[in-house]
Amino acid sequence: MPTSVETQTNAESPQPGAGIRNWLTAEIPGSAVQARAQRAYFGWIRFLRNPLAVVGLSVIVLLVLAAVFAPWIATHDPLVQNLATRLQPPSAEHWFGTDQLGRDLYSRVIYGARITLYIVLLVTALVAPIGLLIGTLAGYYGGAIDVALMRLTDIFLAFPGLVLALAFVAALGPGLENAVIAISLTNWPGFARLARAETLIVRSSDYIAASRLQGASSGRIVGMHIVPMCMPSVVVRATLSMAGVILTAAGLGFLGLGAQPPSPEWGAMLSSGRRYMLDYWWMATFPGLAIVLVSLAFNLFGDGLRDVLDPRNE
Amino acid sequence: MPLIDIRDLRVSFGEGVGAIRAVDAVSITIEEGEVYGLVGESGCGKSTLLRALAGLNPNWSGAMTVAGQILGPRRSTAQYKLMQMVFQDPYGSLHPRHTIDGLLAEPLAIHAIGESDRRIVEALDRVGLDASFRFRYPHQLSGGQRQRVAIARALIVEPRVLLLDEPTSALDVSIQAEVLNLLDDLRRSQKLTYLFVSHDLAVVTHMCRRIGVMRAGRLLEEMTVDALLAGGTTHPYTRHLYRASAGYDRRLADTAEVLDDSDEEIA
Repeated sequence: MPTSVETQTNAESPQPGAGIRNWLTAEIPGSAVQARAQRAYFGWIRFLRNPLAVVGLSVIVLLVLAAVFAPWIATHDPLVQNLATRLQPPSAEHWFGTDQLGRDLYSRVIYGARITLYIVLLVTALVAPIGLLIGTLAGYYGGAIDVALMRLTDIFLAFPGLVLALAFVAALGPGLENAVIAISLTNWPGFARLARAETLIVRSSDYIAASRLQGASSGRIVGMHIVPMCMPSVVVRATLSMAGVILTAAGLGFLGLGAQPPSPEWGAMLSSGRRYMLDYWWMATFPGLAIVLVSLAFNLFGDGLRDVLDPRNE
Repeated sequence: MPLIDIRDLRVSFGEGVGAIRAVDAVSITIEEGEVYGLVGESGCGKSTLLRALAGLNPNWSGAMTVAGQILGPRRSTAQYKLMQMVFQDPYGSLHPRHTIDGLLAEPLAIHAIGESDRRIVEALDRVGLDASFRFRYPHQLSGGQRQRVAIARALIVEPRVLLLDEPTSALDVSIQAEVLNLLDDLRRSQKLTYLFVSHDLAVVTHMCRRIGVMRAGRLLEEMTVDALLAGGTTHPYTRHLYRASAGYDRRLADTAEVLDDSDEEIA
């Protein structure tokens, strides 16, 4: 008898989280917030169907966690040298071994996540808005503005990214901030081209004509109507280009033009490990693996995001 | 004084020898409360005329006056409020990333009209959509529902003139009748004036009292629908168009060739 009562109460009481689920899948959204949340929820469901993209997202989440909680995750101070324990192979004390100055490689790789994330976020925050602005303005206004802005982007596109970044760093001097500026300068033209192409498709559509007939100003049309249509492809492009940014940053670090020696930047670590590679394999291997893993993760995540955000899939 | 007065309107695309005159010296006057139908085959310039009148194409010459306001190539916000337009394709005229609520709130924000909550619910109600549609996205709506939203958006700023660019040709037949009846009711209750562009004479004779027939950028003739139904057409092209709207006819297809030949002489 008691068991049947128990099952009854179980059936009546809603499952935990059922309220939120119902709210997210309700046929009729009751507010703008709910409508937006539903849209995000269905996008998330579509994203989860792509296992590789989920793997990519997990690695990125791990990267962010490692960067945020680096002092707690790391076993040693990444900068403290101990020449007595230099070039130790991986062990229980030093999980990834130690480098030529006796620094713990595991801790350095963990702290390196901070630098990588810092570069990636800063470059994206600089590049995406600039590219979006220039691209949408060129596409919307057309004519002389379009010609001027696009020739400017052509000039930047004419140089290979790393070579131009090298030239900028050579002119500005080595350092993390200058590396960020150099990478940004070589990265924005792609965004501008993309945003312009999207704008050209959107601007002749009826819904833009409709809002113009309502008296919407050009700024309003660009900001409220064209930019939202460009956002998905810009976000996807930003995610995919993060892999390239990481590689370029590592390349600059490798050449000694990015982050400077004591700081645990993956490219610089790879570079210093290169000299010891034949005898002490772990020095180059772990930073190299970190670079590969993270840039691969951004690529996989970007691919999954494209499937979700592309309006043609709706 | 007529509400809409179009005089000697010319619109051309391109320049020099290759220029195409899409609208060539067309003059139309429309009284307040009237439904004026503009008919003609695809590419005759009827939509181009409408877009020039609406203010979407600034490259025109001639004179256009609406409600006493002389229209220039650039419009003021108040002039935009005077005339609104409903587009042919309800799948293309609603922004895919805005909710219905956002679509209807925007014109209110532009024209600084208050009480947006009440007005949005009212506007939806007026076109026969209940409040449950308010926070949906256009892709969750059917074609007929989308066109109703487009009509609600046009009417929310309380215009005096509604420009209809084949508003039902993208809808299936049963929905067409619903939307046409809705437009008819709204015209009465909101005291609107319609300029109705269509290639479908059956729809136009249902909606309008007076029609203008366009071909190759020119206004061939104007007449009342009664005269058209009584067979009082003066131009052979109008008669041809009228007979074509009755359905496919083998004999008609044969006469069409004859008509094309005789027309080249006119041009």
